[in-house]
Amino acid sequence: MADKVLMKGNEAIAEAAILAGCKHYFGYPITPQTEIAAYMAKRMPKIGGTFLQAESEIAAINMVYGAASAGMRVMTSSSSPGVSLKSEGISYMAGSDLPGLIVNVQRGGPGLGGIQPSQSDYFQATKGGGHGDYHLIVIAPDSVQEMADYTVKAFDLADKYRMPVMILADGTMGQMMEPVSLDLDIKPAPEKPWATTGTNCERKHNIINSLSLVPEELEKLNFERYEKYAHIQETEVMYEEYMTEDAETIIVAFGIAARVSKNAVAAARKEGIKVGLIRPITLWPFPTEVISKAADKAKRFISVELSMGQMIEDVKLAVNGKAKVELCNRAGGMIPSPEQVLEAIKNGGAE
Amino acid sequence: MEFRRITLLAGHYGSGKTNISVNLAMYLKTIKEKVAVADLDIVNPYFRTKDSIEDFEKAGIRFIGSEYANSNLDIPALPQELYSITDDTSYYAVMDIGGDDRGALALGRYAPAIISENNYDMLFVANFFRPLTRDADSAIEVMKEIEYAGGIPFTGIINNSNLGDETDADAVLSTLNKAKELSDKSGLPIKLTTVNRPLVPQLNNKIPNIFGLDLQNKIR
Repeated sequence: MADKVLMKGNEAIAEAAILAGCKHYFGYPITPQTEIAAYMAKRMPKIGGTFLQAESEIAAINMVYGAASAGMRVMTSSSSPGVSLKSEGISYMAGSDLPGLIVNVQRGGPGLGGIQPSQSDYFQATKGGGHGDYHLIVIAPDSVQEMADYTVKAFDLADKYRMPVMILADGTMGQMMEPVSLDLDIKPAPEKPWATTGTNCERKHNIINSLSLVPEELEKLNFERYEKYAHIQETEVMYEEYMTEDAETIIVAFGIAARVSKNAVAAARKEGIKVGLIRPITLWPFPTEVISKAADKAKRFISVELSMGQMIEDVKLAVNGKAKVELCNRAGGMIPSPEQVLEAIKNGGAE
Repeated sequence: MEFRRITLLAGHYGSGKTNISVNLAMYLKTIKEKVAVADLDIVNPYFRTKDSIEDFEKAGIRFIGSEYANSNLDIPALPQELYSITDDTSYYAVMDIGGDDRGALALGRYAPAIISENNYDMLFVANFFRPLTRDADSAIEVMKEIEYAGGIPFTGIINNSNLGDETDADAVLSTLNKAKELSDKSGLPIKLTTVNRPLVPQLNNKIPNIFGLDLQNKIR
């Protein structure tokens, strides 16, 4: 215990990124993720890294593009409206096969919305967000420890697959404080022979670009990229199951909604109700198979979300008509209480 | 602890200033007639002294804070009523300063009046389990930044080292050396060691000036 520290989720992301070898952070402040930038501003100069507050979110993501092109472990962070602004640059990174970490500590929307926690960027995060055919790997932590653990994992996955990875958190995850072990599973970054690091006149120069004007070639690139995505869907799905073995009702929830739901499941179990929880940790790739298998036995699924109901579409696709799928939600910065989830378990949510 | 007329609490953000401010104000009300608590936080829109406003009202403690506190509006504004802390010397006051040097900046405009009255304690709240203040030297770095921004030198230290829910007596005891080193290096006394109230019986005879905290636990 002595080696634990008390951290905010935002700080845990920042420190874990530094431990993972991220020496370049570009961002623009926005509540509720500003502590990431504040932490980086303090720490980066001390480790010989770069903290730069860009003139805008769009500038920041393009700086990430640049540093990633040069082979650096690099990240940016923002909250919902800011991530919308970054979406063009994220699409360019996907189109240029560049690794990098984008953190979204979501707040209520749409528009400028509010500063309270939300999960209403689920569609944006998991269905592309920017233009064109692409995916991000999207990881949703549910504790401050996981904010640290999955930041390290995000850099590994980004480098492994040469693609941007997103940590999709929310205001609660960013602001809350919990004890964290920083004894993280750090692996060295792989060689990046594709990076624009200078040829020394010893090789052909590398080109990083998302422009491809010959449609036959661009189509080929898209097909190749989707082969990679298919492989990721087979191998990189992460999820947690809680009391699902004999469950007749299964809650699907991620992040803070999963923590709330866990309390509700425990309370319902005490009353003898057979209910369990599947917590997607990767939102893309989504744990479609585990939900589909669970739907062979369970009669009912409840998607618990801090949104008007977005993940429920992926739950329905996974369940594929084998069971009822209901929604239990709050939106606009509100969080469902364990009592509300328990009520949905007992008396049904919205269909 | 002997209280001067104004007790100011500053430190690294997340070190526990707000929670201690609320608890000190409640305690102060048991020994002084007129007590005010002032929220000077201009950096954190969450976790504010105002969360305890109902408790203050019940206890008869005057609360002074921005009307924007807890409104979810990210506006770093302070109310003019704050000047009454320095103008009306019939009150004992606790001032909750925002985190780090950025938060202490708001103190600047009140500093001359506070210093000239010379009846204050400026206390540095330290949590050695926080990642950027894990030892005496890094705490002193934050301390100096706050003094520079706020314009008031510290007069004492509160050791509020904790690991949230995982805090036990051993965790608190493991920080005593660091607190002593901070005290030695800064030349400031450790005024209080604050712990969650249930831990007080285990630590009472091991740590002088221990102060039990009732945790604010109001998640909105």
